[in-house]
Amino acid sequence: MQFESVIVPDNAWLAEVGSSSGESVSICYQCKTCSSGCPVAFAMDLLPHQIIHMIRLGLKDEVLKSASIWLCASCETCTTRCPNDIDIAKIIDTMRMASLKSGLKLKEKRPSIFHKSVLSSIKKTGRLYELGMIGIYTLKSGDIVSNIKSGALLEDAKVGWKLFKERKLKIFPRLVKGRKEIKRFFKKLKRGKTA
Amino acid sequence: MKVSYYPGCSLHSTGLEYGKSTEEVCKILDIELEELSDWNCCGAGSAHCTDEVLSIELPVRNLVTAEESGLDLVIPCAACFNRFKVAEKHIREGKEPAIDTPYQGKVPVKHLLDFLSEEENIKVIKEKIQKPLNGLKAVCYYGCLITRPPEVTDAKNHENPQAMDELLSLLGVEVYPWSYKTDCCGGSLMLSRPDIVAELSGKLIQMAKEAGADCIVTACPLCQANLDTKQGVISKNLGNKVHFPAFYFTELLGLALGCEKAGQWLKKHVIDPRDLLKSQGLL
Repeated sequence: MQFESVIVPDNAWLAEVGSSSGESVSICYQCKTCSSGCPVAFAMDLLPHQIIHMIRLGLKDEVLKSASIWLCASCETCTTRCPNDIDIAKIIDTMRMASLKSGLKLKEKRPSIFHKSVLSSIKKTGRLYELGMIGIYTLKSGDIVSNIKSGALLEDAKVGWKLFKERKLKIFPRLVKGRKEIKRFFKKLKRGKTA
Repeated sequence: MKVSYYPGCSLHSTGLEYGKSTEEVCKILDIELEELSDWNCCGAGSAHCTDEVLSIELPVRNLVTAEESGLDLVIPCAACFNRFKVAEKHIREGKEPAIDTPYQGKVPVKHLLDFLSEEENIKVIKEKIQKPLNGLKAVCYYGCLITRPPEVTDAKNHENPQAMDELLSLLGVEVYPWSYKTDCCGGSLMLSRPDIVAELSGKLIQMAKEAGADCIVTACPLCQANLDTKQGVISKNLGNKVHFPAFYFTELLGLALGCEKAGQWLKKHVIDPRDLLKSQGLL
């Protein structure tokens, strides 16, 4: 007899996720409370309860490549409502970090580019400099072409101009004096001292 | 009364009205806000997706400054508040991964809404109301991070929070019950997936209307920005023009306390709320 696809559970990855997140996915009994309350479920390729189950099955690449882990809005509804007290939002964060390290081609890159743009702004100035961050994000994400086509750029420009006029988007960044200390926090990342 | 104050990045930029109205309201209530010196961004929604240690270190640097003052720390931004609570508990409870910091875990971290809802502040607010906001119909929108998860936020009633409902009712606002108080607006997906934000924020506005409200009131600069700036797209999606003001609760508080500068904040909104207020004789 031949099976088209056989899933061999990868317990090593399950243990790794357990230790890096501090959470036990094994106690999940698939009640789907997380997926039922998830506000972004409509846009996801894998639902939260499926992600939990796939971690148990060791389907590492499928989970790390998924759009869902980057579409999660970190609203904490799943974490709050889980009857087994599994911190699902924290597991999603753990998956995001692992996906960045994995080098896999992500199905949804834009949110991770956004987060990187925010952090690169904080690293340089100590605070979030919105105009700079929006500039970095726009260049790196390549959204500009699709936004011109869809007309979204015009809409964004209208809103952006209003924010700019009302001084809600500043031309220059505010520099924190303790920037060196903040840069040190980021340096540890590069050395791979932390996740 | 004096407290430490962490405005966070948004209150100096996209949430300028929130910052200005918070400062004015506190002045009227004789609350001295001592802004943390040389504060840095807490990493908000981005650091925790990328590196856990970084997500703790960024807010903890500010907690160290706050601890030196010995004062309670008040934070108006829901996302900042949440990250500070996570970091504060991480250090106080000695959680892993260990963080190298002089912070000793002695700073009470409070969201502005909860702080202003404390009994003694409510007493002062009651005494100082000059212009009750009678006739204004609103729903209170708390969003995600003031209340969730309750293990982090210490929220008393995380599925049905009451602080803003009680405060606005006290000001004379007609507060409507609705089921979307703590639903998500899409948060930091604003730039990367604006379609999702328009879907979620659009739903909130539709439901607020259905509940009978003329406006939605927030306590978070991300929520307000999503609700205020996406109505062009939401209108397109729904096929009819949406014009639904989104206030910060401090703007309404300032208005009721007779703050003369109220007009300066209100004109900064993308969806101008002044006509609504004028129609009720409140401006």
